Amino acid sequence: MTLATLPTRRDEAWRYADMDGLARLGVAALDQWQAIDVGAGESVTRCLIVGSDAPELHRFRVTLGEGARAAFFVTNAGQDYTRVEMEIRLAKGAHFEFGGVTIGGGDATREFVTKVIHAEPEATSNQTVRAVHWNTGTGNFLGEIRVTRHAQKTDAAQDFKALLLEAGASANAVPQLEIFADDVKCAHGATVGELDEAARFYMMARGLDPATAQRLLVQAFIGDAFVALDDADEHARLLDAALSALEGARL
Amino acid sequence: MMMLEITNLHATVGGPDNPTPILKGLTLHVPAGEIHAIMGPNGAGKSTLANVLGGKPGYDVTAGSVTFNGQDLLSLEPHERAAAGLFLGFQYPVEIPGVSNVQFLREALNAQRKARGEEPLSGGEFLKLAKDKAALLQMDMDMLKRQVNVGFSGGEKKRAEMVQMGILGPHFAVLDETDSGLDIDALRIVGAGINSIMRSPDKAVLLITHYQRLLDVVKPDKVSVLADGRIVETGGPELALRLEAEGYDAVMA
Repeated sequence: MTLATLPTRRDEAWRYADMDGLARLGVAALDQWQAIDVGAGESVTRCLIVGSDAPELHRFRVTLGEGARAAFFVTNAGQDYTRVEMEIRLAKGAHFEFGGVTIGGGDATREFVTKVIHAEPEATSNQTVRAVHWNTGTGNFLGEIRVTRHAQKTDAAQDFKALLLEAGASANAVPQLEIFADDVKCAHGATVGELDEAARFYMMARGLDPATAQRLLVQAFIGDAFVALDDADEHARLLDAALSALEGARL
Repeated sequence: MMMLEITNLHATVGGPDNPTPILKGLTLHVPAGEIHAIMGPNGAGKSTLANVLGGKPGYDVTAGSVTFNGQDLLSLEPHERAAAGLFLGFQYPVEIPGVSNVQFLREALNAQRKARGEEPLSGGEFLKLAKDKAALLQMDMDMLKRQVNVGFSGGEKKRAEMVQMGILGPHFAVLDETDSGLDIDALRIVGAGINSIMRSPDKAVLLITHYQRLLDVVKPDKVSVLADGRIVETGGPELALRLEAEGYDAVMA
């Protein structure tokens, strides 16, 4: 199905989107879903680094069979509007793991939009998103969790933290939980804060220059998003991509 | 040689709009080889002195000077002070989640060495040094692999501070109530660590404390009383004993 028109900010999932960036992408981009089917008992891990100096939209539709597992780890370091969407459907006992980092300055908007559908009992999901922004950059996480009437014993968690390095930067968190089963665990949390000045001074008092102290603190902050990624090389690749965005920062 | 010369130092907190004077003409000279204890009642300005020397944001020096090994200390950024050989032992060491002690201290030491034009230590060299210093403070090496101060007890944090001091090898240490929160055994270990790391003809220590018991282990050469932002009396170790016996009011009267 082709959408005749672009969405507007009145659509909940596009509420904090950069509509100008979306317009530059064009309507056709909206149709490009990547479908991933993970069969019963199978496991898939994807590590992505997204972002360039042009708008980007990445849409994934993932279907998890019984007992299947999918893990997505994403560094979103675009210098223009960069949106990563994930629509996940979990069968019985499946697990979805998501670790995402938005990082960057300028005036670009970077966002993760997830829709996790617990369609059957005993599935679990865990989402950890970290946002680090400066200048007038923006990081968004719109996370919808839907637990259907039959999906008893669902365990779903969502955690968002943003670190704003300058006063003009912003972050938006929209947790949206729709729960129709009665025996479920759903946890969500969102915080927005600044760099820990006490920690920064402590580090400087030990000899680290301000930029190095900041890099270490940012590295520690975003590290949470990739904790569940065991592959050391991929882990380093995602972290380096995020930190190299910080290195070019004009703060 | 005079290592640290503090002359007529005035400092405020609260920013330029709402300044509260804390240090009000503090003068203190500490030569190399000296361990100089600073004692004084609560609110006298002891921690402010430590923080001003370390360059902590939020403190404004309004008059006076501080010279460290002939250099104007107050013109240096905190990390430049560290590279120049100054170590500030924190009264409340800061927790840094997600950063291991080993990574933190290796980066810090190598940043200092780079600033001084020295070669960085390799991973192996650093671990050997860290192991030696941890053993000195009877700290398990596993603790150094953990996140900086996260989950450490009050006593462990203070011991970890001294391990950091041992690894970084400063010329001058300002230790702000390093004995607070320590039990009797830990106090002995920390005191022995200070002696071992800093008792040297080319090093010096400013030891800020409330209690004689640390001074039983780290025997000071000089003791000064800081009250209302000034040094009001300086003497030998016997001054600390008199304070302990008679209290500040009697001694300062």
